[in-house]
This record gives sequence, C-alpha cells and structure tokens, in this order.
Amino acid sequence: MSRIYLARNPKVAARSIDGEMMIMSGRDSTLFTLNRTATILWQAADGATPLDEIVDHRICVEFEVERGEALQDAESLARELASHEILQISEQPIAASSTATPAAGSR
Amino acid sequence: MSGIMDQMTAKALALNIPLSAHIDITYRCNERCVHCYLDHDDHGEMTTAEIKHLLDEMAEAGVFILTLSGGEIFLRKDFFEILEHARQLMFCVKLKTNAVLIREREAQRLKELHVESVQISIYSHRPEVHDAITLVPGSLKRSIDGIRMLKAQGLNVKIANVLMTQNMADYRGVRALAEELGVESTLDPTVTPMLDGNREPLNLGVNVDALRQVFRDESLVGNAEEFCAIPSAEGAPDLDATPCSAGHTACYVSPYGEVFPCVAFPYATGNVRRQRFADIWHHSEQMNEVRAIRVKDLTTCTSCTHVTSCSRCPGLAYLEGNMRGPSTQDCEKSFARTGVPSANMLAKKQRAAANLVQIRALPTLASASV
Repeated sequence: MSRIYLARNPKVAARSIDGEMMIMSGRDSTLFTLNRTATILWQAADGATPLDEIVDHRICVEFEVERGEALQDAESLARELASHEILQISEQPIAASSTATPAAGSR
Repeated sequence: MSGIMDQMTAKALALNIPLSAHIDITYRCNERCVHCYLDHDDHGEMTTAEIKHLLDEMAEAGVFILTLSGGEIFLRKDFFEILEHARQLMFCVKLKTNAVLIREREAQRLKELHVESVQISIYSHRPEVHDAITLVPGSLKRSIDGIRMLKAQGLNVKIANVLMTQNMADYRGVRALAEELGVESTLDPTVTPMLDGNREPLNLGVNVDALRQVFRDESLVGNAEEFCAIPSAEGAPDLDATPCSAGHTACYVSPYGEVFPCVAFPYATGNVRRQRFADIWHHSEQMNEVRAIRVKDLTTCTSCTHVTSCSRCPGLAYLEGNMRGPSTQDCEKSFARTGVPSANMLAKKQRAAANLVQIRALPTLASASV
C-alpha cells in the first residue's frame, strides 16, 4: 500500500476551544467540529509525516486499537475530511503552505 | 447562526472565551461620512509589530472570528502583512471597508488569503445621495467597482447600509443594486453618538414614523404582522440571561490598543500596549463589571413589555449615561415596531409631567401673599 500524506488546507479557519477543534470550510463557510481522532489527524497533518506514522505514534498510543484497523479507519476519516476541504491528501509529501500553521487555541 | 456556532458560543460563554474580536486597525479614512462616530486623526496607532503580537495573544486566548475594520483598513500600508499574519493564525477573518481602494490586485490577494467576507458600506444607489453622505465625489462608483472586483474573485461580499434622513428614500434602491451585484445587503437604522459622547450624529437618524414604515416593509422583515406583533405577556423573561455578547464572548480593540467590550460600547477596560490581552479579558475590573450584568440588573427594562424582544444595546445605554439603563434609540425602535411605548418612554413622560407640576406656585408663597 502506498503511503499518504496529509496537510491542513490553508483555506480553512480553525481554533481549538477547550480541546474541541472548530473548523470553518474555506469553500462555503460551513462549520465543523472535529472528534478526538479527527483532531489528532488535523494536528499531525504537517504535509511531511505519512499517515501510517501518525497512526503508529499518535492514534495507537492514544486509543487501544489494532494497527491495521486503525490505519484503515484513519485513511477513511482523512478522505472524508479532504472531501470537505479541511485536509489535503497526497501520495507525495506536501510542501508547507504559506497560510496553514497549527491552530492555537484556548486551554 | 449555525447549530455548531450556537454550541461553540455557549461553550465560550461558559468558559469565558472571547470567541470573536473586532480590531479597528486605523481611524484614518478616505471618506468623511456625515454620520461617522470617529475622530479620523492619527493619535498614535499600534505598529505592525504591536498588532501582530495582539493577534498572537488573541489566537492563544481562543478568538476565532476576527473582524478587521476602521477607519479605512486599506489606508494602512501594512494591511496585507497584518492580514497574512491573521490567516497564518487561522482566524476566520471578516473585513469592513468602503472598497474605494480595492482594485484587481487587492481583490486577488484577498482571495488568496481566504478572507471569510468583505462588508462594504453603500448608502444609496444614487451617486448624488451616497457621495453627499461620504463627502467624496465619485465614491459610489469606486465602491461599486471594488465590489465587482471582489465578486469576480468569488469572494463573499455584503453591502451594509445605514438608514438616515438623507437616504431614507433609497434603501430599496440599495437592495436592488445589491441584487444586481449578486451580494447580500443589510439595513441598520442605528446611528450612534461619537465615541467621545457627542450626540450630534443622532440628529441624522430617521424619526419614529419613518422607522414604522421600514418595519412594515415586508421585503425587509418578512411577515410584517408577525414582526410588529405586540410582545406576548406570557412567559417571564430569563432574568439571569446576559444582555448581549459584549464582554462575554466578544470584544473590541481600538487602533490605540484600548480594549472595550464592543465597538459600540466605549468603556475602557485596559490597553494591550501595557497589559496582556488575556489579562484584560479575564481580570479587568471594568470587563468583569460588564460581564456581571444580568437582565435582572437592568433598571427600567426589566419591567418593560419589550424586555424579551428588544434589541437594547448596552453600549448605547452606556453612552446615554447608564450601562444598566435603557437605550432610548432601541426603545424608539420597539415603539415604532409595535406601537407600544417602552417602560423608559412612559417613565420619561411621567417625569415630564412631574416637572410641569413643579412650576406651580408653592403653597407657602401662595399663603404668604394672602
């Protein structure tokens, strides 16, 4: 299986409110809140770390879950986030964008 | 407001997080609108570095929606540097401008930086009326050209119109213009006093009869009968509710770093040039005073028929002399809408009547003359 890379879409607005990530789509200003797993993907989506490493080092550490199943679920979630233009997905590392840095937030 | 925004606002309110902030990055302006509440001289605006630092602090404090306004934002040579920084911090950025200085290059850059919306002030569809309000000949044409360029980039543009005696006859024309341009429009009948308390701009506001006419225009309000219905006597008001978002989930910062609960509420709570934004937000005595006010603390309004439906602005009330008191402009709106005078209007009438009694000859003097 080829590796996939994730990057935060520079079009979005985002803020963590008390640990809950709020994202506004750059396409149509729709608001989303991310669950814990999606938040991990968002925070780790630096364009350089492949998804399997994010699953190994973040998701499997946080949740008691079998690696193969976690990877499959994470990829499906990443593709869903990409369909809303929250994340960008590529089979190559994604160059750092001028407008997407990890969102700061309260607490 | 979307369900998620409602949810996040409730969370921000409970956790005392400033979800939205409005920064006027300059009071300088290339228009001289007759109703403007600002002093346009530069008395020492925050530098680029100071504004960037403030944005860092605001992101850290949880601000999500950031409105950049003025004055005219494009008069700052560092405007795009400020905007780039704001977008790097992933704020949802809304801009307010007159669009006079927006050309293709500016519109393109705004698109690249993914601003959420651009609000532009248009007071009439007729140059002779709009330009007489801005006091700048040719300004309507320039603003409309700017709107077209923003729309050509696919940006979300909104027209904001302020209803005054000068443009009362033109609000339908502005709405038609907005439709032709493919943008939303809003109409606000509120003219505010100047930030120094000067109430002269209020003379430009429309009277109750004109307001009544506007509130019955179904193209604006939908079902006029429903919109103008007398508030139901049933259902007690939530006396523990907060009067508005000012100081609760929203705040305002002037070009000089002063922090107020809202742009329309010039009660100084601190200055980011001397204090951390979060310290002002959480610990300012003045901010906490505003934050402590509940509906039950409002003098006069608590007993008013309109308490559940009134748009009472605490900032206007403050400018009238008491942040817990009524805002007469909003009383007039409620009256124009429903035909029912507010408790404040009735009390004023009683006071006026009582004052008339005082000019009668005092009994002691009367008896002395016998």
